[in-house]
This record gives sequence, C-alpha cells and structure tokens, in this order.
Amino acid sequence: MNDDTPISRGFSGRRRADADAKRIPPGQHLTSDFPVLSAGPTPEPDLVNWQFSLGDGDTKLCEWDWAQFGALTQTDITVDIHCVTSWSKLDTRWRGVSIDTLLEAVGLNEPPAPFAVITCEGGYTTNVPSEDLIDGKAMIATHFDGQPLSPEHGGPARLLVPHLYFWKSAKWVRAIEFREEDEPGFWEQLGYHNYGDPWREQRYDGD
Amino acid sequence: MMVTDTAAPRPALRWQTAEVLDVIGETARVKTLLLKLPDFTKYLPGQHVDVRLTADDGYQAQRSYSIASAPEDKHVALTVERIEDGEVSPYFTDEVRAGDKFEMRGPIGRYFVWTVKLEGPLFLIGGGSGIVPLMAMLRHRAAHASNTPARLLYSSRTQSDIIYRDELDRLVSRNDGLAVTHTLTREKPAGWIGHSGRIDVAMLAETGFTVDQRPKIFICGPTGFVEAAANALLAFGHDRALIKTERFGPTGR
Repeated sequence: MNDDTPISRGFSGRRRADADAKRIPPGQHLTSDFPVLSAGPTPEPDLVNWQFSLGDGDTKLCEWDWAQFGALTQTDITVDIHCVTSWSKLDTRWRGVSIDTLLEAVGLNEPPAPFAVITCEGGYTTNVPSEDLIDGKAMIATHFDGQPLSPEHGGPARLLVPHLYFWKSAKWVRAIEFREEDEPGFWEQLGYHNYGDPWREQRYDGD
Repeated sequence: MMVTDTAAPRPALRWQTAEVLDVIGETARVKTLLLKLPDFTKYLPGQHVDVRLTADDGYQAQRSYSIASAPEDKHVALTVERIEDGEVSPYFTDEVRAGDKFEMRGPIGRYFVWTVKLEGPLFLIGGGSGIVPLMAMLRHRAAHASNTPARLLYSSRTQSDIIYRDELDRLVSRNDGLAVTHTLTREKPAGWIGHSGRIDVAMLAETGFTVDQRPKIFICGPTGFVEAAANALLAFGHDRALIKTERFGPTGR
C-alpha cells in the first residue's frame, strides 16, 4: 500500500487467521468452493481414445494410452492452489503421475530443452519453463480429492503446476513438448503474464 | 478454440483510482456503479477489470468484475450482484455511495469479447448476473446502430431478478435485428409471456440460430448453467470454436 492508495470509506473487509494468511499470496482470497474457469465448452471425456505424449520438439519421445498411463507410478500431493481471478484454495488433494516419472519413463534425467509447451484437447496451450515441471513441482493429475477428476476441472487429466497461477495447470492435457525457445500460450498471448508467480502477483503483461 | 488477437507487448496495467459518481439500483440484490477514472477509454465489450478495496488500516481485498458499460458510454459502469457472505460485493451493493473511491485496473481479457467488426449472427446466453458482459456487447451494438442479427436468451430466478429489464425492452423496440427471450426458473407470474424453467435444448433451438448460420456464441453465468448450455449447443452441432464461455461460482460437486 502506497501513501496515495485511496481508502475505500466504509470498507473493513474480512481478516483471515494468521495461520492461513501466510499461505495466501497478495491479492488472493480464500474459497472453500472450487470455481471453474474455461474459455469454451467442456470436452467429453473419452478414455478409449485418450492419449498423452511427451515430445522433444517435434520428436515424440513416448505416447501413453489411458491404461499405460495408469500403470505408471502414481503420486499423491496436497497443495494450495491460486487462480489469477483471485481465489485461492488450501490443502487440495491430487493424485497423478509426476513429470519426473514421465521423464524417467523415457530414459531422461532432465528435460531435453529449457521450455515446455503444453497442448490440450480443444487447442488450448500454455507455456512453462521446463525447470518448473520437475523435482516434484508438477504432475499430470487424474484424481482430485480421491475421485476421478471431473470434466469441468480438466478430467480425465490435467497438468498441475500449483506454484504458478492456475491457468498454467492446463485442463484436458494431451501433450508436453520441450522446446529450445519460449512460446507464449493461449492466455499468455491474450495479455496474461508469461510466467505467473502468485507470490509476485504476476497476473498480466508487465506485472 | 481460436485466439482472437495476436501477441504484442503491452504496457503494464496500472492501478487507477475510481471514484463512484452514482449508484443505480438494478434489482434488490444488484447495483450498478457509475465510475470516474482518470484514463479508461480503450476497452472492448465483454472485458473485465480487477478492483482493489483498501480499509483504513491498510487491509486490502481484490476481485474481478465484468464491465457493464459499452466503450461508447459516457461512464464506465460495473454491475455487481450481492453474494451472501461475500467480502467485497456487499460493500458495493450496501455501503458504497457517490464520492467513494477504490482502485481499479484493466481492461483485462481479449477473448470473451465481441465488437461490431466481428459481425454475427450473435447468440448471447446469460444466467443471472452473467448478463453483465453480454449487456456491454448489446449496448455497443446499439451505439453503432448495428443491424447484426442478435439474440439474447436470458435466465433469471424471478421477474424481479431480471437485470436491465427496461433497457432490454427498449433495445428490442429499436427493431434492429435484436430479439430477447426471458426465462424464469423460480416463478411463473400471472401474465408472464416468457419461458419458464431452466434453459434447455428446446429453448436453445427455438431462440438460437441454426448451425449453418454459424453464430458467434457467448455464454456467461453460473458453472452448471454454462455447462448445460454449451453441451446442448455442441450436441446441435455448433462449432466448438465459435462458443466462448465465462463462468462463475462453484461446480456444486
């Protein structure tokens, strides 16, 4: 708050308990609901034709079908998530396959290139530096709160990168391609921040 | 899904001080704030803003709201629905008055937008306060005297919950190719000539355009509402890429 920040007369707001306050980035508020934000209609889940691939540029490193993907080592995490529209949700429980596991499965110790482009059913894309996907920081999530992920929340599978604003956790994910160059994705091209760190309030271009 | 604008570096979105010029009661639970801002002209119908309130001890709260006004309107307007147990919306609907100030920045979002240049036909589907960004589009359309065929299907709980009802009637009376269909989900008042019940396949088929007409479709409302409308339109065969959605509220699951 600067000296010239206007005071909103009559506004007192709702203070949070200190324990939670430390976990909530600036400009965020808590919700116990789980809001849905998507740019278009929700795709029908189709596990029969579902495929997920990992690529090094245009070269496909591996492609998994639903059964093969389910046979990979599963990881459970409980994390806080933060949406750019200003809600945060604490202690969300997810199960899925960590990106580390996927890299191991194709025989890599580290991502083959510094940037990643994530593509999804329906054409949505988002970009993340490769280092933000590894060392336990990200997974392809298939379950939320003990249940298969619902279509509105990205089911059957979504990327989960909980330390970045939640539009980076792309729904209905189908591929991750590692690239030498950074390529802004769907919202990133539409004025949202290229990286999206909630703790630095990187919401929009120039933040 | 299509991207409607290309990447270009943009200046940072600055926080500005918005001063409330007037507060207009729309319904028992909804108010419109007319705002004065130092520099806020280049926005598109359908865009939203972030607002930030600051208490006298420095405590702040931030939220996003759709812009209700058209770019051609004299003042920027936000229309806010009171959310029970809300932190910010009850301040806007119950407390705020002319002369009060808060911070605002934007416009934000270049996806859920329609301008007369994009032409049509235009099919707008709104649930409750989901009408707000759609109204900005209709106001913009009227300001340009556009004859683009446009239809609005608008679901409200009760007759008295219909936001902008008189203005919608006035817009329809211009006979410029706009049709508005109301449906009420929680009452059927005497003499009501609109639809009753939740938006369903039959209502969408009757009020919308055909698949061949390739309407540009914008749906805004609570999550379940948007899901139902979007899924029905896909089932008719409308192109996924022509359907844009904006949702609010939880899934209820």
